[in-house]
Amino acid sequence: MADTSFDILIIGGGPGGYVAAIRAAQLGFKTCVVEKRHLGGICLNWGCIPTKALLRSAEIYHYMQHADAYGLSAKDVAFDIEKVIGRSRAVSKQLNGGVGHLLKKNKVTVIDGTGKLKGGGKISVTDKDGKALPDLTAKHIIIATGARPRALPGLEADGKLVWTYFEALKPDIFPKKLLVIGSGAIGIEFASFYHTLGADVTVVEVMTQIMPVEDAEISAVARKQMEKSGLKIMTEAKVTKLAKGANSVTCTVETKDGKTQEITVDRVISAVGVQGNVEGIGLENTKVKTDRGCIVIDGYGRTDEPGVYAIGDVAGPPMLAHKAEHEGVICVEKIKGLPGVHPIDKNHIPGCTYCHPQVASVGLTEAKAKEQGYQVKVGRFPFLGNGKAIALGEPDGLVKTVFDAKTGQLLGAHMVGAEVTELIQGFVIAMGLETTEEDLMHTVFPHPTLSEMMHESVLDAYGRVIHF
Amino acid sequence: MPINILMPALSPTMTEGTLAKWHKKEGDAVEAGDVIAEIETDKATMEVEAVEEGVLGRIVVPEGTADVAVNSVIALLLEEGEDTSALDGADTSGGRAPALAAEPAKPEPAAAAPAPTPTPQPKPAGERLFASPLARRIAGQQGLDLAAIAGSGPRGRVVKRDVEAALAAGTGKAVPAAKTAAGPATAPAAAPAPAVGDPVFANMPEFEAVPNSSMRKIIATRLTASARDIPHFNLQADVEIDRLLAARKDLNGRDGADYKISVNDFVIKAVAVALRRCPDVNAAYTDDAILRFKRADVSVAVAVEGGLITPIIKDAGSLGLAAISEKAKELAAKARDGKLAPEEFQGGTFTISNLGMFGVKSFNSIINPPQGGILSVGAGEQRPVVKNGALAVATVMSLTLAVDHRCIDGATAAQFMKELKAILEDPIQLLL
Repeated sequence: MADTSFDILIIGGGPGGYVAAIRAAQLGFKTCVVEKRHLGGICLNWGCIPTKALLRSAEIYHYMQHADAYGLSAKDVAFDIEKVIGRSRAVSKQLNGGVGHLLKKNKVTVIDGTGKLKGGGKISVTDKDGKALPDLTAKHIIIATGARPRALPGLEADGKLVWTYFEALKPDIFPKKLLVIGSGAIGIEFASFYHTLGADVTVVEVMTQIMPVEDAEISAVARKQMEKSGLKIMTEAKVTKLAKGANSVTCTVETKDGKTQEITVDRVISAVGVQGNVEGIGLENTKVKTDRGCIVIDGYGRTDEPGVYAIGDVAGPPMLAHKAEHEGVICVEKIKGLPGVHPIDKNHIPGCTYCHPQVASVGLTEAKAKEQGYQVKVGRFPFLGNGKAIALGEPDGLVKTVFDAKTGQLLGAHMVGAEVTELIQGFVIAMGLETTEEDLMHTVFPHPTLSEMMHESVLDAYGRVIHF
Repeated sequence: MPINILMPALSPTMTEGTLAKWHKKEGDAVEAGDVIAEIETDKATMEVEAVEEGVLGRIVVPEGTADVAVNSVIALLLEEGEDTSALDGADTSGGRAPALAAEPAKPEPAAAAPAPTPTPQPKPAGERLFASPLARRIAGQQGLDLAAIAGSGPRGRVVKRDVEAALAAGTGKAVPAAKTAAGPATAPAAAPAPAVGDPVFANMPEFEAVPNSSMRKIIATRLTASARDIPHFNLQADVEIDRLLAARKDLNGRDGADYKISVNDFVIKAVAVALRRCPDVNAAYTDDAILRFKRADVSVAVAVEGGLITPIIKDAGSLGLAAISEKAKELAAKARDGKLAPEEFQGGTFTISNLGMFGVKSFNSIINPPQGGILSVGAGEQRPVVKNGALAVATVMSLTLAVDHRCIDGATAAQFMKELKAILEDPIQLLL
């Protein structure tokens, strides 16, 4: 008879859940993860990771097409979508196995099944065939059930002609014409992928800018570059109707001025956001409260039901894997009573989008900072002024920094251009350690690197830029 | 665990007070009911009685500390059987409770292995201080002492939220804010004052001992320091104020005048304008630099029950006489009611003390530190003067300026007096 009683039980083995489980095991808790589908969750299997694999293929394809610019020649450049997808799936599979191994190594019990709260520290579990497994009990239950694609009424995905990210990651055909609804991270990454491989892609965004959470200036630089490469972008526009044919969809798009146009495409990707998985997990058996589809928690993941916690996407935005992981660690360490555990500072959570060009940011946009009453100093440095960027053949992009004029606090950093997703964490550390502009100015950045632009952007905010 | 002895609240509105005296030393045995300390606010003094018995293990807040927040730990009492090792790591941060309360209070479900979360405590003096650059800068800008702020960051590092919590709670001040200021020379004793029971009083008549209020103690401390440490020198000038009086009569006699300008209002205005003309006198001395203020904020000494206070007419030079008059009346009334806000009596750049209404002809004042000068204003009275070789009668007022010679020299002070005299004798130039 297997163990059914645990110190900490986590429902959901995504990045929030499995990281929380490993941390809990490290702290000596007898820990269990109940996962209904894949360890690693959406992130590893249907999100962050497989899309990066696809985008890497697209990136290399792009370089091969532009080999001439580097003095190289590549003839008959082509791609095999089956193999591109195959590589992406293999990457997910490898990492999925890795998570299982890590949990085993840390002696975390993994139960394949769907967990449901019964109240009073009890969880019922059913396996994938709907058969009931023995009930489990735990002193602490962490809900980490994640999120799923949001559906707009009338524009629901059907998995055939209208895709969510699931189908877009494993397409039945390579669409010659594609329309993407929504220009958040998911939408713009898929748009970038299919566009780079040669599809005729139109992105429709209801807000005034693509990637609406990003700084307006950064978004504008990204848009200009995307449009230059031939990607079609419509902002302040919405898809009002999808008329499905046998193997095509005619989309009615209404623009700001009230005019409508019809665009016929092979496939549509609906990427209008995600919503928390709060249903079917037995919340009704507890005092757990929800708000706008997410579980209400305090800074340590605690819900209104003693002994029940929530982390990650199901506990509210920003719905990012790294936020889920960190919340999981905080939650478990708080349960343990470790000293020095602080709620996550949402202003210090970076965001990365792997479209072409890449976008990365942390903290307040210039507009948000002003809205919050800060007097700001803003620094900007273009890729054009950076030696490494020129050597790489990547002269387009911008590094922007926003400081509080009064205290020199770094309020936000925003970047667009090659490799910026790997640069942003430098500013994240700076913000976390509460450096001021002075410390950043005194920091030696290695030459020649793209990171020098971070330095120059800070210098620019204080009128001391050197290379521009 | 040692027992925390907390700063008591003497009244529901009290937020901080002075720890006036310790009646027990570290190591003294304490019985329940023993008076262990005296706490004072500007309103009252109260004895603190021990609630529990034990040994006074550590005095956290030394005698004479001002601005001690209510509910902060002032001492630790060792229970029976505890020795001083129990004091190590004791939580002495009770005063920071409001800041910590910012976290949402949730019932904590029974933890599998609960461990107490040590509350951060301020660093003892001399230890290396860990603080984020941003925390250092904000503390510097706000005049907070980082050593007095408990750090909640990794390994007790002081971070922005700690400084902001200290700011919000009003703790961590580098220099206790001055509660009141200088005034006329009711010269406080320069040497340490004798105690009430001193034999020197033995043959003197019977007396009533009026305990020193906080304000009295501050007056004593600050003016003793000022008289002892600041090299004062005085300049005197007689000013004919007949034209000023005529102008005053004219202004006050106008139809519909809803103001009544006093001679002192003219003096306030004239001093502010003269300071503007002689910015070297609108100054404060520090060991590193002379601070020359860019605005003349004139403190006006006001006698209040049990002492005096110096409310400020800010930027008096740019105010009209009616506005000055109105502001001075409002501040004096607030001062007498004890309702001045700190910013209304802290931070002036120059002080005026006027005892003319008592018929005093002239007097010297002690500088109100950190200011560089103070003007003593005597009564305006008719005096014989010589004009064009003939004896005449004029209304004359004697002014005495005391300045800090460390930052203001004789000729500089004289130039100021010259400007001041010129304005007061010819007040119409204030229109220019």
